[in-house]
Amino acid sequence: MAELLLELLSEEIPARMQRRAIEDLTGLLRARLAAAEIPAQSLRGYVTPRRLAVVAEGIPETQPDRTEERRGPRVGAPQPAIDGFLRSAGLASIGECEARDTERGEFYFAVVRQAGRPAHEVLPELIRAAMTELPWPKSMRYPASSLRWVRPLTSVLCLFDGEVLPLPLDRVPVGRTTRGHRFLSTGKICVESAADYLERLCEGHVVLDQSCRKEAIRRGLEEAVAAEGLSLRPDPALLEEVTGLVEFPVVLAGSIDADFMALPPEVLATAMRAHQKYFSCSRPDGSPAPRFLFVANSVAVDGGKTIVAGNERVLKARLADARFFWDQDRRVPLESRVEALKDRVFHARLGSMLGKIARMEALADFVVLYVPGADPTRSRRAVRLAKTDLSTGMVGEFPELQGVVGRYYALHDGEDPAIAQAIADHYRPLGPNDACPTAPESLVAALADKLDSLVAFFAIGEKPTGSRDPFALRRAALGTIRLIIENHLRLPLTRAFQCAVSALGPGFPDPSEELVTFIADRLKIHLREQGIPHDLIAAVFAQIGDAGAIDDVERLFARMMALNAFLVSEDGVNLLTAYRRASNIVAIEEQRDGRRYDDPADSTLFEQPEEVALYQCLNGMSTTLESLLAHEHFDRAMVRLATLRRPVDEFFDKVTVNTEETRLRENRLRLLSAIRATMNRVADFSQIEG
Amino acid sequence: MSFQSLILDLQRFWASQGCVILQPYDVEVGAGTFHPATALRALGPEPWRAVYVQPSRRPADGRYGANPNRVQQHYQLQVILKPAPADSQDLYLASLAAIGIDARLHDIRFVEDDWESPTLGAWGLGWEVWLDGMEVSQFTYFQQVGGIECDPVSTELTYGLERLAMYVQGVESMFDLDYNGASGPGRITYGQVFKRAEREFSAYNFELADTARLVGHFADAEQECRRLVDHGVALPAYDQCLKASHLFNLLDARGAISVTERAAYILRVRALAGACCKAWLAGARAAD
Repeated sequence: MAELLLELLSEEIPARMQRRAIEDLTGLLRARLAAAEIPAQSLRGYVTPRRLAVVAEGIPETQPDRTEERRGPRVGAPQPAIDGFLRSAGLASIGECEARDTERGEFYFAVVRQAGRPAHEVLPELIRAAMTELPWPKSMRYPASSLRWVRPLTSVLCLFDGEVLPLPLDRVPVGRTTRGHRFLSTGKICVESAADYLERLCEGHVVLDQSCRKEAIRRGLEEAVAAEGLSLRPDPALLEEVTGLVEFPVVLAGSIDADFMALPPEVLATAMRAHQKYFSCSRPDGSPAPRFLFVANSVAVDGGKTIVAGNERVLKARLADARFFWDQDRRVPLESRVEALKDRVFHARLGSMLGKIARMEALADFVVLYVPGADPTRSRRAVRLAKTDLSTGMVGEFPELQGVVGRYYALHDGEDPAIAQAIADHYRPLGPNDACPTAPESLVAALADKLDSLVAFFAIGEKPTGSRDPFALRRAALGTIRLIIENHLRLPLTRAFQCAVSALGPGFPDPSEELVTFIADRLKIHLREQGIPHDLIAAVFAQIGDAGAIDDVERLFARMMALNAFLVSEDGVNLLTAYRRASNIVAIEEQRDGRRYDDPADSTLFEQPEEVALYQCLNGMSTTLESLLAHEHFDRAMVRLATLRRPVDEFFDKVTVNTEETRLRENRLRLLSAIRATMNRVADFSQIEG
Repeated sequence: MSFQSLILDLQRFWASQGCVILQPYDVEVGAGTFHPATALRALGPEPWRAVYVQPSRRPADGRYGANPNRVQQHYQLQVILKPAPADSQDLYLASLAAIGIDARLHDIRFVEDDWESPTLGAWGLGWEVWLDGMEVSQFTYFQQVGGIECDPVSTELTYGLERLAMYVQGVESMFDLDYNGASGPGRITYGQVFKRAEREFSAYNFELADTARLVGHFADAEQECRRLVDHGVALPAYDQCLKASHLFNLLDARGAISVTERAAYILRVRALAGACCKAWLAGARAAD
């Protein structure tokens, strides 16, 4: 058993790619070692901005021998054929082969023994192949090697059992040396083993283990804020990113000029986070503290004074820009920015932002009817102002703050707080993890925006295809669905589409039909992600149709929940069995007879009491079910359905469907068909699995 | 360190690395990359190393000299190393040391930033270099120019000279930069040299440029470029391509181009750049 140490030193690997890269590399090596029959007992991967490293232990020193049986030519085949076979099998004479009878005659068979190769011979090609296969999101060519990599490879350290493995990497040096931290370590580091490597890198100011590095940063940040009586605004994504930007993390803190603290906290946080990768802090009362934390990659000889001063300057310049916009923008009320929206193109074929606003206003008038508590005047106003912040300097500088900036400016203009909030909320939810708005006017604005985009882009044929969704219509669809579901709205979407289509004006085709399918598909996906079994979804959609489903998602839910509860009850399980039995028999007979048995059974033809009982039960049920479903008493509908179980079971116990007498047989098939039809009123039970 | 000595020191450093010191190209460009010493020389197999300063015009970035950080023309110091040396990053760091930036005092970081020029049909992978949180350079390994694969791959370094100088001198406004290092009456600031130009060009770019005329010039340059490509003279053709690119930037700053038109203009310039690059390679083969 021996140890493999591999380190791929390169120029800086983008932070966002590191974790995936080391997972892929360890996975590829593990799989290839196993396939070569030299599996590692343990294998660990490490990643920093400059290196991917793997330590694999317990690798067998040689592959096991392999034996393989090969069939040769037919006994009595011409000599050249036999000679050729002997050559390929590495045998001296045909005497070493066995002649054996097969179905196709007598053939020679040879047992070829392949000696296992030493691992050190197998590994170089194996490692190179794993590197070639590593799927970087983006990779590049560079002069030193024909192997594409994320950035140029600097050198490779590769030891097996303490000996250098000569990897074929063209002009990239391969050996037992590496380098430590770019600035805190000088010269080459020569390594004997994995343990030696870990120790030397530690001395070389490289915190190799990404989890340790992350933890060290987290602790450093916590200590830094605690020392100042502040608390850290948690930001796991930023922590992860910063972990990928440093080999030797040093947490430092800087100050924000008091003048800038009047800026909205979102502006401060965006300037710090998105552009500078700084962490924000809060005071004990939750307000933003005039301090920021960041993670440097080096211990400076002056204790970090220069680095802090430099970072403070950079932030100051950014915030000075922000404050300039904050002061300038607020001189002009949002209302007077509405007109300018006519010069802002929404889409070349769909006209200006002003046109979009007009369509959204029309939609708002409709949607507001279905949002309890929403005021029509306030909703309309919110929509009118929703996009006005796009022409502000602040949103020009920080596009990710669209909406949020509008909210601040609206409050400054003295708009109603509900209107201001709706301006901020109308883009939301921004993704599957973003919270849905709940305020009534926010819901109206958010729905109006999304519905208009969906209908308008579908009308000009700009539908999402495959991975392409340039106008984020899938997100708009999911947002619409979530706004409805999470707020228990009963918005008839098909009618909302009509409203959007007429707002679009003449000259555009009506895309509602396609849109219904599109939204229904997103809804199905969303329901599955919420853990609802796919067969249950299919059963209910098949019964009420796509349009019915998206028109009243609330009712769809109630129906699915009731059905789900029913299907796990004893009555439900048995009735489902009976349903299948009935519909199978009918299906088979219908196929054999080349006709259908949909017409009602004739009560004068019944001979057995079980037929009569089932007939009566089914008859009574149809009208009751219809009324229960119409009144959305889905649980009661299920209870009612369950009363079918007994007559159905008894029918199957006592009655023979396929009798000799044709008229009786056909009548009984009609009865079975009626079971299927009755149950399908609730849901398409044929879709239920298991 | 004055603005001009910063430039001199960087040029001296790169000259010592075998770069020829070139002078700015005399056609308006948006970035040092467009200089034929980079855009065209990055193609083909011949080794090439050059350093030069390039005034870079971004008409839309003009602020009438009122914004301390933004101007419609700034200076880039551009280095091209072909083929990309294995120690490109070390050389870059040594160049910072040459202008007095001591890595032991600062936090220097290579942060992912892939470069792409849609008008030039060029892209590469690399980083923006952060000096204590401030982006001071762009570092790119060219993969394609004019839609043609670069073989060998070159290293391209672009220093934002004003920003770097502001950091080194510790000033808050670009216009306060010490230009020549003299004291007393001989002292010249960046503002003294360029402020008037910023005011006047901002007025031209945003208010005075005659868009109809610019559209005409664009079409002329485009036609001329095509005609010259047909004659196999890559360099004069490329000048016309650069003119077209700058005219497009002017039209864009004037707000005279809609979103869809914008994409179409970019494609037109890219087509010219691609044709010039092909002609450049063809001409090199013919000369041999």
